[in-house]
Amino acid sequence: MAKKVLIVDDEQNIVISLEFLMQRAGYEVAIARNGEDALEVVGQFRPDLVLLDVMMPKINGFDVCQKIRDNPDLQDTKVIMLTAKGREVEVAKGMALGANSYVIKPFSTRELVAEVQRVLEEE
Amino acid sequence: MMLQGGIILLFSLAYIGILFAIAYYSDKRSDAGRSVISNPYIYSLSLAVYCTAWTFYGSVGRAASTGIGFLPIYLGPTLMIALWYLVMRKIIRISKYNRITSIADFISSRYGKSSSLAGLVTVIAVVGIIPYISLQLDGVSTSFAVMWQHSELSTTLPTPGTVDILGDTSFYVALLLALFAIIFGTRHLDTTERHEGLVAAIAFESVVKLVAFLVIGAYVSFVLFNGFGDIFGQAAQSPELSKLFTMENAGTYTDWTWLMFLSMMAIMFLPRQFQMTVVENVNENHLDKAIWLLPLYMLLINIFVLPIALGGLLLFPNGAVDADTFVLTIPISQGQEEIAMLAFIGGLSAATGMVIVATVSLSTMVSNELVMPILLHFGPLRLAERRDLGGVLLTIRRGTIIMVLLLGYVYFRLTGNAYTLVSIGLISFAAVAQFAPAIFGGIYWKTGNHLGAMVGLSAGFVVWSYTLFLPSLAESGFLPPSFIESGPFGITLLKPYALFGLSGLDPITHSLFWSMLVNVGGYMILSLVGRQSVIEHSQAAQFVDVFKQTPENDFRLWRSTSSVTVLRSILEQFISPTRVNEALNDYAKKHGLDWSKDDVADAALINYTERLLAGSVGSASARVLLASAVKEEPVSMDEVMYMLDETSKVIAYSRELEIKSKELEQATSELTAANEQLKELDRLKDDFISTVTHELRTPLTSIRAFSEILHDNPDLDAEQRGKFMAIILKETERLTRLINNVLDLSKIESGKMEWHLTAVDLKELIEDALASLEQVIKEGNIELKTDMADQVSLTVADRDRITQVMLNLLSNAIKFCDNEAGWIKVQLKEQDSTLNVAVSDNGPGIKPEHQEIIFEKFRQVGDTLTEKPQGTGLGLPICRQIVTYFGGDLRVESVLGHGATFHFTLPVVSPADDESGVEAGFSTAVFANGKSSNRQGTYGKESINR
Repeated sequence: MAKKVLIVDDEQNIVISLEFLMQRAGYEVAIARNGEDALEVVGQFRPDLVLLDVMMPKINGFDVCQKIRDNPDLQDTKVIMLTAKGREVEVAKGMALGANSYVIKPFSTRELVAEVQRVLEEE
Repeated sequence: MMLQGGIILLFSLAYIGILFAIAYYSDKRSDAGRSVISNPYIYSLSLAVYCTAWTFYGSVGRAASTGIGFLPIYLGPTLMIALWYLVMRKIIRISKYNRITSIADFISSRYGKSSSLAGLVTVIAVVGIIPYISLQLDGVSTSFAVMWQHSELSTTLPTPGTVDILGDTSFYVALLLALFAIIFGTRHLDTTERHEGLVAAIAFESVVKLVAFLVIGAYVSFVLFNGFGDIFGQAAQSPELSKLFTMENAGTYTDWTWLMFLSMMAIMFLPRQFQMTVVENVNENHLDKAIWLLPLYMLLINIFVLPIALGGLLLFPNGAVDADTFVLTIPISQGQEEIAMLAFIGGLSAATGMVIVATVSLSTMVSNELVMPILLHFGPLRLAERRDLGGVLLTIRRGTIIMVLLLGYVYFRLTGNAYTLVSIGLISFAAVAQFAPAIFGGIYWKTGNHLGAMVGLSAGFVVWSYTLFLPSLAESGFLPPSFIESGPFGITLLKPYALFGLSGLDPITHSLFWSMLVNVGGYMILSLVGRQSVIEHSQAAQFVDVFKQTPENDFRLWRSTSSVTVLRSILEQFISPTRVNEALNDYAKKHGLDWSKDDVADAALINYTERLLAGSVGSASARVLLASAVKEEPVSMDEVMYMLDETSKVIAYSRELEIKSKELEQATSELTAANEQLKELDRLKDDFISTVTHELRTPLTSIRAFSEILHDNPDLDAEQRGKFMAIILKETERLTRLINNVLDLSKIESGKMEWHLTAVDLKELIEDALASLEQVIKEGNIELKTDMADQVSLTVADRDRITQVMLNLLSNAIKFCDNEAGWIKVQLKEQDSTLNVAVSDNGPGIKPEHQEIIFEKFRQVGDTLTEKPQGTGLGLPICRQIVTYFGGDLRVESVLGHGATFHFTLPVVSPADDESGVEAGFSTAVFANGKSSNRQGTYGKESINR
């Protein structure tokens, strides 16, 4: 059974590119356009991994990450933060909140796909 | 016969009797507490003691030889009095505070209560006034002689000095005047009181002499002659007399200047003037009236001088009669005995007035500043321990009066007829002028010191003696005439009238020049070089700043305490016990003390006692008396210097500190504010950069992702490939737009924007903008409404930038207008030299709280239900910056759910007439980088690129 990936980003075109890349890699994909949607979808869709953009209106990526980690049902869900601000602070914050990894925008598509696979294979 | 000797004597004594009555009456009134002299008119009249026998007889004599040459002596005081409001007020205030008793006391008090200086001033005053006294004796005895021998007139007047003393009228006149002065000036055992009776009598005398002179003047002018016109007319026909109408004989410019200067000093510093103006002053405010009454008095008494002089010369041609006696001889020659008698009384009043006041003031000085200090320092007499020193004081004063008058008589005998009345008087004027530097310096210059005053006064006095006093004796044969002609021992450089070869000046001017030179020079140089002692320092400050202080906070120079009993006994040596009691009770009341319980006298009370005592014996003696009685030295110089220094330093420091700390506080708050601003700016910059970075990375992320996808997946179908390529293109455009916007904004904000100014027709510009968007509007199925004025005035702006604003607003309107039945509306109108543009849409509208935020950078507020709004988030901020730059403003009006309207304004600016100005910039247009349009000044070519 194919692993499930939830893509969370408010930039339409980035979502399109991520969706294409994840489907090509053989994952089942769901999409959320903002933090609220993401929290809703994550409970139903039960993804194995969430590709989570940090800079979003209303509920940002950090908050979403925290909510996921706070939910005992979602303990196994992996999170990769996508951040346009490659600042160490942000990376550190994301990791501290329980993200499994991070990818800095603009990213190399191959590296992104490899990172997703690597995180999903982690135990 | 009215003019028999007995009758003359009788009249004289009767007149003097009236004076006594007046003096007695006013003293009684004063004792009863209803002073008659506390009145500005009496005060002003008493100041007219300035007009003496010199004025009464001498002015006419002077006018007979020099025409208006008699005037400077009255012009000087008139000028000086104008300054009294400043100068004399200050002197009076100082004197009242320090209980000054004479001019010598004043000077010595200023320079550290110095006995030596007081003594010097006293000597100068006495020696200087002697010629003046002799002048009065001369005037009175001559008038006696004239009256006595009226039938023979002046031709056989006995020459003074030729008759023996016992047969000389002037000797008896001197004795009579001495008696008069003693009775008036030293009647009181209590020396501290003012001479109220004296002042009243002097004021009365001023009235008498004025009335007498006016009567004679009127008689000569209107009875003997037919008015002024007649006298002057007749005189004009005589070549000799007509000279008197010109300045020919009246003296040179230099002479006038010096004479006026002399008399300016005299009206202030003659001992009798100082006595009347300062010491006898009851109320400082009386000065206000005196300032105009005294000049008026002098004007009145001078009106008839020239008519009498000319009348006399016309009546007695060829110098048959001494012009100094015209006032008497004219009425006598006409058989007008009553008028002659009146004139005689007038002259007598003028002379007695001067002599009385002068001798009283001199005797005060001699006793207080010369004799007392010597006696007090003279240990074996143990004077300080004697009771009732007041009696000793009075005896000294009486003796002084007699001595001064006798000296005057001696001088009169010695100089004889060698001088006119006026030149004798001027010698005295020159002497008192020596006080001027020390006094003026004393009240306006804190640096002036004792040594300077001492040296300046001595040097001035020596020069005065050598160049005026001694020669006046020499001319009368007391010294060999060669002393004047070829100098002492034949040394021509030392000729008294041409010292060091300075010739060509008249003796008075010459003497004044040299004496003032050494006096002022010595005073200033030594004051600048030398140091002040402690007392001097504090007195100098007190004198100069007298208007700034109150008597309560004076500096205490007494350290010790004493007993009230001791102080009381000292005071009672000079002042009546009743007065002492009053004064002490007064003090006790003010300070809440009770003498029956408190016997310890602190420094303040000792200070008070010193000032009380100073009123009797002068400040120098008072200090010595108290110092010996309190049995402790006054605070040592070092201590006082230290105290003074410390006090002033502490005050100065604390003031400085206060100022400094305020400055620091201000600087700190400014710094804090600046720092906050910097921090804020820094934060804003960081925010901006990170926001820009984010905004740039977003399109870049898409571009890179799709480029790689296309590159790595050659198997993609054409549709998908086309879709991805379109995304790349769109994101590239977005990136370009963003970069341009960021650059624009930073240029505008840093002032490096290049503005290309041209005349802009806004209507045309809007139509062009609409035309370029025609396709988009049509595709969006949007209705375009326009409401524009047919024609609007030009403005001056950057066409491209305004177009950018317009396009931005239109694009927003198109983007946000209703999806189904969208319309946009453009309005343009002109009002009050302002162009108004409005762009409306029927979109969702903007929440009130977002209406300002949308103009901030990267603060888009869009329909966030599904996705982010298109655009960079910099459009509106840039638009606002552009509009503001051209002197307009951009704002939004919106009701949520009912669309939004963006308004912007631009000022009407007419381009310069010169077409070249359009390219070079507009001479009338300046756009402030603020909200208001400021259109003055010139737009230079270089200022376009800002």
